Amino acid sequence: MTTAHAEAVKGTLPHEPEKATLEGRNKVLAFWLFLGGEAVLFGTLFATFLALRNQTNDGPSANELFHLPLVAAATFLLLVSSLTSVFAIQAMHRNRPALLRSWLLVTVVLGAAFLGLEIYEFSEYVRHEKFGMTTSAFSSAFYTLVGFHGAHVAFGILWISVLIGQLVRKGLTVVTAPKIYVSAMYWHFIDVVWVFIFTVVYLLGKVG
Amino acid sequence: MAQTAQSLNHARPPEAGHSVKRHTGLMDWITTVDHKKIAILYLWAGGLFFGIGGLEAILIRIQLIKPMNTFLDAQTFNELITMHGTTMIFLGVMPVIFALMNAVIPLQIGARDVAFPFLNALGFWTFLFGGLLLNLSWIMGGAPDAGWTSYTPLSTSTYSATHGVDFYTIGLQIAGLGTLIGGINFLATIITMRAPGMSYMRMPMFAWTTFITSAIILFAFPAITVGLVLLTFDRILGANFFEVGAGGNPVLWQHIFWIFGHPEVYILILPAFGIISEVIPTFARKRLFGYSSMVFATILIAFLGFMVWAHHMFTTGLGPVANALFSVSTMLIAVPTGIKIFNWLFTMWGGQVRFTTPNLFAVGFIPTFTMGGVTGVMLASAPADFQFHDTYFVVAHFHYVIVGGLVLGLFAGLHYWWPKMFGRMLDEGLGKWTFWTFIIGFHMTFFVQHFLGLMGMQRRVFTYLPNQQFDLLNLISTIGAGLMGVGMLFFLTNIFLTSRKPADAADDPWEDGRTLEWTIPSPPPEYNFKQTPLVRGIDAFWKEKTAGHKGMTPSEPVGSIHMPSATILPFLMSVGIFIAGLGFMFSRDTFSSDALSFLFNNYIVTGLGLLITFGSMLMRSLFDDHGWHIEPEELEGR
Repeated sequence: MTTAHAEAVKGTLPHEPEKATLEGRNKVLAFWLFLGGEAVLFGTLFATFLALRNQTNDGPSANELFHLPLVAAATFLLLVSSLTSVFAIQAMHRNRPALLRSWLLVTVVLGAAFLGLEIYEFSEYVRHEKFGMTTSAFSSAFYTLVGFHGAHVAFGILWISVLIGQLVRKGLTVVTAPKIYVSAMYWHFIDVVWVFIFTVVYLLGKVG
Repeated sequence: MAQTAQSLNHARPPEAGHSVKRHTGLMDWITTVDHKKIAILYLWAGGLFFGIGGLEAILIRIQLIKPMNTFLDAQTFNELITMHGTTMIFLGVMPVIFALMNAVIPLQIGARDVAFPFLNALGFWTFLFGGLLLNLSWIMGGAPDAGWTSYTPLSTSTYSATHGVDFYTIGLQIAGLGTLIGGINFLATIITMRAPGMSYMRMPMFAWTTFITSAIILFAFPAITVGLVLLTFDRILGANFFEVGAGGNPVLWQHIFWIFGHPEVYILILPAFGIISEVIPTFARKRLFGYSSMVFATILIAFLGFMVWAHHMFTTGLGPVANALFSVSTMLIAVPTGIKIFNWLFTMWGGQVRFTTPNLFAVGFIPTFTMGGVTGVMLASAPADFQFHDTYFVVAHFHYVIVGGLVLGLFAGLHYWWPKMFGRMLDEGLGKWTFWTFIIGFHMTFFVQHFLGLMGMQRRVFTYLPNQQFDLLNLISTIGAGLMGVGMLFFLTNIFLTSRKPADAADDPWEDGRTLEWTIPSPPPEYNFKQTPLVRGIDAFWKEKTAGHKGMTPSEPVGSIHMPSATILPFLMSVGIFIAGLGFMFSRDTFSSDALSFLFNNYIVTGLGLLITFGSMLMRSLFDDHGWHIEPEELEGR
């Protein structure tokens, strides 16, 4: 580990810096495992939502509530942010820390824009549609599923921001590279979850 | 943080190995990341909760000793049965399983530590603070009272108005987080940290069952995480997941609970299978019969374990097709389990069997667990289950599986590995007293409950009318429970007396050790292996013994050993979650003091707790832990 670390300080980063040390390899492996657990977590939330999605308790239904253009815009932002995080990892593999930082920054900004749209959407529902957590079983399931995803996005934004700061202070090393790599894995995961939310919650809500 | 900042500045060896700050006393335990010390922490904490759960069981049995008893009222009885089940499963036996995994797995696979020592400590502390939170309910307004399964709508705020169930949901949430962390850690450890030559099919069976158990934890625990979140939201935020009046569905809870809950049963029993598979070959001086079939039976049990959850819900009204499918899948599990039973019997067949205490427990396990398995197949038959459901027959069944299976397995494992963990052999005489009192007490307590159930005695009733032929069997059952308590006292006496003896256990105290943990001192040094061993076959140590070698062939020269730094952050993170959980639980209460109401109702306490947790996470991320080194000169003479 120490020799690899010394190399990184001298600017000769190994080919895949995230897997250059045992710590790095362990981290990537364990993060795949963690995402397996996360998949079960969201799977259970999706199952709950599917079981309760028509239980509107005389409150607003999905069809009355959702505006697809807004959701489509949010989806576009998040999908593009996934692409920019791929660019970030490519920059990391080419050992270009400045480019890496820029792409991470773009990812964070797009994520924040997505989160802003989601907060706007929620507040519209609560203020104008009388659609809150306690309205119906459908509303509880909706806010819990989409809110869990939103909380994941918020955590990802904070996490990647902290990593950008570490890149500035510590540079791209075999210690920081695995952190960036797993944060990118996380970001792709919440992106995939959103694709399912867009389909199961919004599209199915409009047509189903 | 001091030592971390220090290690950032220096330019590596040789000073690195000596600049580490060593904690002593309490701080040593709070900051340790050594898997062997974390094992001992898990053992004491799990033992403490096991004791609490055991006392609750004794109180339950005293109440049921005679008809129309007034020793406890119905509310206290409900709280006791809820806390007995919850405590025993989540806070009693699971931590003791984790204690043995931590103590043994890195040694068995020839590793110097787990893959993530920091996460290992974090897993322990979150479990402990979750367990403490749950048990605080006794002194903070009443314990949970909706049964360990906490079925809705009984557990919703409509029918359970105190904070009891909140302690259940939030306490288990925090403790469950620790279990999930531990599961991921052991998966990664077994995948990446095996010694050279230790292929998957050369791993000891306990390592295999730990591996599979960890995989079940990974895929089962997130389901209960969600279930507990939904129930918490219903109770505290007024959500409607289980409120029929607002469109909710109480059966949803049963599905989510058992999608987690049934795999949980295998999380409990598979490690016991692993322990038995270590103890029996050692004391039969024979290789485990059918090693490959044992491995595949374990995998098959784990796989099938995820598709049988609705057998807990036959009477819910899922319909004949669903009931038939879940009946069949449940009965299928008897096949791999039967394979295991016969493999153990064939291992002993023709062996030079020594009935030491661990082996007594292991041999006692086989028929006892088989009885639990047989009643399991009876219960799997959906039409018959309509008669058995919620009677003492079910109580007898799951105690045969969990106590007669897991707890006997844990006793076997604890007696077997005690010298490796503490350097002292437990007394064999007292061990045998423990075994006989415990197993006779166990069968007295639970064998008769089969018949109580068949005769119609319902579970979870706080008393019963006389002259239903329940009286004598309940009396026998209570006497048996007392005898099990006596067995525990023998065990505690044994631990106490042993702790006063000199720590002089040999490396291989049972003399017939087959696996790597018996090749190093008892207790092992903090780096475990001075040189990582080269594994040349299944039962690596036994193979060297039969080849006439005294020890393992090393796979590396003596060199500098990298060690992780001790840190208080896992402890702080867990304290933070504990405070946040407590704050969230009381966020809708009105307090007599305005200041308290302000702090709780505005989520300030919750926020403070989360700040401590996330702040600690940030510290962990910002300040790199480069660890420290033990240099070859320090290893000389060891």
